Amino acid sequence: MGKTPPSILVVLPVYQEERSIGGLVRSLREQLPYDVLVVNDGSTDRTSETAKEAGAIVLDLPCNLGIGGAVQTGFQFARDRGYDIVVRIDGDGQHEVEDIPKVLEPILAGKADAVIGSRFLGETEYRGSIPRIFGIGFFRLLVNLTTGYRVTDPTSGFFAINRRLIEFYSGHYPSDYPEVDAYILMHRLKAQTVEVPVRMYDRAEGKSSITAFRAVYYMVKVTLSYLINCIRRFG
Amino acid sequence: MNRVTLFSICASGGFLLYILEMVRRRKLREEYSILWLFGSALILVLSLKQDWLVVLARAVGIVYPPSFLFLVGILFILLILIHFSIAISKLHQMNKKMAQEIALMKGNREENAG
Repeated sequence: MGKTPPSILVVLPVYQEERSIGGLVRSLREQLPYDVLVVNDGSTDRTSETAKEAGAIVLDLPCNLGIGGAVQTGFQFARDRGYDIVVRIDGDGQHEVEDIPKVLEPILAGKADAVIGSRFLGETEYRGSIPRIFGIGFFRLLVNLTTGYRVTDPTSGFFAINRRLIEFYSGHYPSDYPEVDAYILMHRLKAQTVEVPVRMYDRAEGKSSITAFRAVYYMVKVTLSYLINCIRRFG
Repeated sequence: MNRVTLFSICASGGFLLYILEMVRRRKLREEYSILWLFGSALILVLSLKQDWLVVLARAVGIVYPPSFLFLVGILFILLILIHFSIAISKLHQMNKKMAQEIALMKGNREENAG
């Protein structure tokens, strides 16, 4: 132990991303020496084939579980195969492959259990819509008030976690906006979290999983789920 | 015996028999039949035993005793609906677990084959 370099898995949850997933997997394979796992959340297009052709390991879920269930499948794969670290990025090209080493660095140095890429730290050119900024501000307040973590980007889907969190999340991972909920889980586990600045782009292809119509519903649901996680027992 | 109580007796009695028949034919699982059986039996007893119904209605301040039957019926329906929400949540969880297991197993199999 300790001498072998940690094994790292990049997990991409995808749904209907046949146009962007191939290029993304290829640039991951070219730029980084890590295994790439695509969790195909019940896509009906050629997402799975495209990802396989590009050199990713692909898990096909038989039905659409939603983002949390798909990401959790990636954690379960990492748990079963003994990976030390999982990096999770979006499958739609929102995140920058070149930022992955930055997100990994604090974990590799043993300084954190989880590193979250924030689009609001450092110089940012991110311009979200007003409802989105409002939602993020709301969740930021919620997380900061309840956990004491100083969080700037609570809904960021660009993060890395270590073995301890891989094992925990394999058993317990929330369904919608799992990243917000994850903060309370990490707080309950007394996990160390760090945010690092990353770039984030508007989606290249496909539709965001969050339409304006569902935003309010999700905010209520996530807040409820978050508050219940504060008082829930984890066996 | 007024008409609404007569109707209540027939309806809850028929309902009770229907549920029992469904369980006998294995179209309804025992665990899901308990609430139905209990609820219809309760309404049947209250329809038959007018005195009990009057006493119970008075005790909670209801002037017109058959209204108490409605109240019991509505509360019982609420209970059943909650029971269903819990059952659906359980199925949802099981379904998610199975989908994940299938995906992981298919991944293993493809790897071994290729």
